[in-house]
Amino acid sequence: MKNLLASTAVMLALALPALAQDYAPDPNARPGGTITITYKDDVATLDPAIGYDWQNWSMIKSIFDGLMDYVPGTTTLRPGLAESYEISEDGLVYTFHLLKGVKFHNGREMTAEDVKYSLDRVTNPETQSPGAGFFGAIAGFDKAGPDGLSGVEVVDPSTVKITLSRPDATFLHVMALNFASVVPKEAVDEAGADFGKKPVGTGAYKLAEWTLGQRLVFEKNADYWRPGVPFLDSIVFEVGQEPVVALLRLQNGEVDVPGDGIPPAKFTEVMGDPAQAARVVVGGQLHTGYITLNVKIAPFDKLEVRKAVNMAINKERITQIINGRAVPATQPLPPSMPGYTEGYAGYAYDPEGAKALLAEAGLADGFETELYVMNTDPNPRIAQAIQQDLAAIGITANIQNLAQANVIEAGGAGTAPMIWSGGMGWIADFPDPSNFYGPILGCAGAAEGGWNWSKFCDEALDAKAVAADSMFDPAKAADRLKAWSDVYMGVMDEAPWVPVFNEERYTMKSERMGGEDALYVDPVSIPVNYDYVWVKQ
Amino acid sequence: MAGYLIRRLVQAVLILLGVSFITFFLLYVLPADPVRQIAGRSATAQTVENIREQLGLDKPFVVQYARYLGALVQGDMGRSYLQKTEVAELILSRLPATLLLMVAAIVCELVLGLTMGIIAALWRGRAVDQTLMVTSFVTVSAPQFVVSLLLLYVFAVKLGWFPIGGYGTFAHLVLPAVTLAILGSGWYSRMMRSSMIDVLRADYIRTARAKGLSRARIVLRHALPNAILPVIAMIGIDIGVFMGGIVVVESVFGWPGIGQLAWQAIQRVDIPIIMGVTLVSACAIVLGNLLADLIAPFIDPRIRLR
Repeated sequence: MKNLLASTAVMLALALPALAQDYAPDPNARPGGTITITYKDDVATLDPAIGYDWQNWSMIKSIFDGLMDYVPGTTTLRPGLAESYEISEDGLVYTFHLLKGVKFHNGREMTAEDVKYSLDRVTNPETQSPGAGFFGAIAGFDKAGPDGLSGVEVVDPSTVKITLSRPDATFLHVMALNFASVVPKEAVDEAGADFGKKPVGTGAYKLAEWTLGQRLVFEKNADYWRPGVPFLDSIVFEVGQEPVVALLRLQNGEVDVPGDGIPPAKFTEVMGDPAQAARVVVGGQLHTGYITLNVKIAPFDKLEVRKAVNMAINKERITQIINGRAVPATQPLPPSMPGYTEGYAGYAYDPEGAKALLAEAGLADGFETELYVMNTDPNPRIAQAIQQDLAAIGITANIQNLAQANVIEAGGAGTAPMIWSGGMGWIADFPDPSNFYGPILGCAGAAEGGWNWSKFCDEALDAKAVAADSMFDPAKAADRLKAWSDVYMGVMDEAPWVPVFNEERYTMKSERMGGEDALYVDPVSIPVNYDYVWVKQ
Repeated sequence: MAGYLIRRLVQAVLILLGVSFITFFLLYVLPADPVRQIAGRSATAQTVENIREQLGLDKPFVVQYARYLGALVQGDMGRSYLQKTEVAELILSRLPATLLLMVAAIVCELVLGLTMGIIAALWRGRAVDQTLMVTSFVTVSAPQFVVSLLLLYVFAVKLGWFPIGGYGTFAHLVLPAVTLAILGSGWYSRMMRSSMIDVLRADYIRTARAKGLSRARIVLRHALPNAILPVIAMIGIDIGVFMGGIVVVESVFGWPGIGQLAWQAIQRVDIPIIMGVTLVSACAIVLGNLLADLIAPFIDPRIRLR
């Protein structure tokens, strides 16, 4: 009996094959057809080690696969190129068993060597991957270089063993990030720095054409290892298109999904027309828009002042400014994120109470400060609303309307007393509560140049966060979420932020697009999950 | 002539050197860190420092600038920080579209602007002159975004005469070229008008009139070649403006020109692209002006290049 217990504890493996069948593609889906997606900006790169914007994220997801993946339209993990995995008792060793017979777009079979090569590549400083830091828990990360990671071992052609230097409950999410995509070495070597323009993966689509500044064409990977998908024969991405014009073209039947969404100026018109509104899918998004209050700059070093500002902001009115495309926020985590604290009301709008708090802090006459904001619509208008709300309790906030890069610089340098995060607001890298803490609220991010613009650093909360992330055992997932919920409640007690709203996603599609709504507001694939959508007719 | 050309080319190189230095310096002192843009929000301090080192952005200004120039004289404009693609490739891929739109727009501008300017000068002070000048004032000050969208909406969406943006056929070219011509012809018509008025006052025109030449002959044969010189100089400047990019018109009509590339690069502090586009457009201005100066003697033999 004792023996049996021990062996089950060693094997915390999940019943993976069962989980893999959790998602059945739409039975009515019809294969074939081509869709057109438009974007204003160029696609930067399709190299999974480099690409890190919301535009190329979902494109890369469709060309490449990692060991882990998500059930389409949800935040639930499912296996990708790994058929199954085991986690050791101490949470430090992950053994992944790979699917057999998976082929890269160049026809070669994917093996464990490729997995190791890909992880070595993304962490090699020469690759300059913005996502290298996500792999910090893997043993040997500190010495990552041309010789690769000592913590990643090839056991046999279909088995990879990854050893961690510390338990990391988010590790499976990390393995689902684009940065962990499996790439073939020979294709990377051949393309060199141009791999981002000549990507080769195992994904549902392969790149067929890329005319710089004009269009990209994805073609169906007929040998894709997931049976039955993708449905579309090809996807055309047209770049350099003004969102307003993209909408006109959609109304004219030339475009299927405007990648940049519905332009603010046209939002009321579209939603006011039942025929068009019916083709808009609304969904939550792992996003929070917030105001940072720099705790190192007086008078925001006083807790009363930070609480007063939290109570002074009329969040309802700010959501109206963006046509109600958001819900007022009460806490750092968005409602669709696991770990969100249900029932917490946050700081209610109460200008009188805010004034009283200011008086308590010895600032009954108010004070003067600066509010930094990115200069693209609607952010300056939101900043003006914030300015008015603050004026009502006696605070004079002068608006610094700057380009994004300059706001980020001021935030990192710690010279900005207040920043409205709009246009730079946090959208999760992966659907786990820890992703909203470290870089933007933790001590690590508070260093010079970091994204923790409040410069808020609470060692006790940091310790709690570390403790939560070492709860790797899937059986303790609920406890871990509770621990994270406590961390964010601790943050709210200190009030370094004013959480303002959580943006909703509004994806517009053409009449002929099929597939369930969840695919059009997929939390990890923006604007849509290309692998599972299809066209009628 | 040869001596003149050599002198002008040496000048051009010095100008380009100056432009490259000033642009590089401004980008260096700009309170925005390109490494932050590349590294993104989740990057650890270690990742940030690593990228800075790999790109040589940790070196002093002089070293960075010298490296850039050194690569540049070997024909290497570097790689985009974010796209990782060669800057030369990015610019070259957009050059045909930019040149096509530039030529088409300048031709339309000239036809429209010169006609308006000549008519206004001939009927100076009359209602037609005033109407034309007010019109040119309005078109010059009209917001590009509004005019572009208006034309697109009426002629492409409502009437369906042209495609709704894009690039490839003659039909795609018409609307953006006409839009730019409407927006820019005002400059030409005003310049043509004043230059024409000056010429029409000249003694030789009075002589021609006294000889009993027809009005058309006087205007086209005697007045126009003399009045057009400042306009030609203006084309040289216009070329530079077009090469620097016409961001708004390009993005409304989905025209894959250099303007969109430059605009995106500026937003993302992608220094190699910003430098590349600046230098290419500076080259175009220098060459445009040089061409204008070289053409001038053929139109007006009194001008000699020394």
